Amino acid sequence: MTDFSRRNFLKAVGIGGAASLASLGCAANGTATASRSARVIVVGGGSGGATAAKYLKRFSPDMDVTLIEPNATYYTCYGSNWVLGGNAEMDDIAQSYDALQSRHGVKVVQDTVMEIDPAGRTVTTSAGEAMNYDRLVMSPGIDFRYDAVPGITEADSERIPHAWKAGEQTRLLRQQLEAMPDGGIFVMVAPGNPFRCPPGPYERASMVAHYFQQEKPRSKIIILDNKEAFSKQGLFMEGWAQHYGDMIEWVASSRGGQVEEIDAANLRTISDGGFTEFKADVLNYIPPQTAGKIAKQTGLAGDGFWCPVNQLTFESTIHPGIYVIGDSSVAGAMPKSGHSANNQAKVAAAAIVRDLAGLEPLAPSTANTCYSLITPDHAISVAAVYAYQDGTIGGVEGAGGVSPMDAPASVRRQEALYTKGWYDGITADIWG
Amino acid sequence: MKRSRILAAGIAVSMMAMAYVPQAAAEVDRGQLLTTSCFSCHSIDGTGNMPNLVGYPRDLMISQMQAFKDGSRPGTIMNRHAKGYTDEEIVMMADYFDTIQ
Repeated sequence: MTDFSRRNFLKAVGIGGAASLASLGCAANGTATASRSARVIVVGGGSGGATAAKYLKRFSPDMDVTLIEPNATYYTCYGSNWVLGGNAEMDDIAQSYDALQSRHGVKVVQDTVMEIDPAGRTVTTSAGEAMNYDRLVMSPGIDFRYDAVPGITEADSERIPHAWKAGEQTRLLRQQLEAMPDGGIFVMVAPGNPFRCPPGPYERASMVAHYFQQEKPRSKIIILDNKEAFSKQGLFMEGWAQHYGDMIEWVASSRGGQVEEIDAANLRTISDGGFTEFKADVLNYIPPQTAGKIAKQTGLAGDGFWCPVNQLTFESTIHPGIYVIGDSSVAGAMPKSGHSANNQAKVAAAAIVRDLAGLEPLAPSTANTCYSLITPDHAISVAAVYAYQDGTIGGVEGAGGVSPMDAPASVRRQEALYTKGWYDGITADIWG
Repeated sequence: MKRSRILAAGIAVSMMAMAYVPQAAAEVDRGQLLTTSCFSCHSIDGTGNMPNLVGYPRDLMISQMQAFKDGSRPGTIMNRHAKGYTDEEIVMMADYFDTIQ
């Protein structure tokens, strides 16, 4: 196939193009060597990184794909609220990298990335090994901004858990809730937008209420919110009233929810210039967030907190050859969720495979689906479908939305079944 | 000799049936990329209690997606998702599903 005819072909599979894969055969054969010899390193084995590694191999089986992740076991953030509610165990949210290695041919290196050289295209791990890459995928999740509120530091997280990265922090918060006497007060400080898992704080409040109702029915839950509204708010509040009476109190930022200082020693929050205080028996401070440390350190966030990318491909607009996906990236209308990261990983993997073969990126279509449990038998959801338009990822008009209000218990129960189905499905898609 | 070659071919065919991407050497196309979005819930790598879509008949998939889209089939969440795709995209996804076993 000549260059000219190939260019015409590229036009056909460009945005909105519908050319079939079969017709690609000729072009693919001429360029397959490039992708076969290519080496791609993926940093971070969460929902974004593990998906990217797997789909790079799926799209291009001969590609050399290495995933670098510090932990042998990954605990998903989604599902961690169910552990807090007592209706799941830590083992239920544990994922391993066995299938990625044995089934999909991904090389998994258990180590921490210390340095990335975007110009020299190398990654250096704590073992001191410098690895070369042709393309790099970064999915380092979030880091916390403990400097945002005076009176609390990262070291305090051993007493005041954030539990916003699952694992030891989840266990710690669970232990504190179990040790709390009946009649105690659980105070959660929820961050302003944007942050990982927008409905997460409110599902957490629901699950803790479920636990309290069974074990400590005189206890209270106070959510101090650094914003004026939250995800699926109407549905959450409807469910709280229905199942938990007045156990959960939500405090908007303008009503004293904007925490200005924390007295960490006494588990006390201070707002309204000192006029409003809350004293907690268990304090769950979820700090404001930023792109993962290694992304910031590499300069991928520029002067901001999150990493700007070409939203057609997820390639960094700061360092070419590096693709930033998941919570760390700026992805238009997509929320920072595991489902978003999983979808973005597939777009980035396809863009990398096609780029290495000299082909233009495809018009991506992504989705987000998010279920939240209010009780183990009452779930609500939000869904959206996204398309790339005018340089950014936007929601497709008329699609998506939240579960209906005033729905019968059978609908809530059906969605609770699908909540578990979603977990099983997405974790199989990522790590299975 | 001939016999063993036939045997080898048989093994190759059965391995291809297990592979996710039948057109192994080709670059990913739009139908394939679109369809990976479905796998997030309807995984092809494991079973959950979501309906399994592997082997779902092409024409049935098109008619059901259209029914979710126009509201004639009620759903809990697929009615919200289906509205996000053009008729052409639905056909592309059904075509791709038709290629995986």
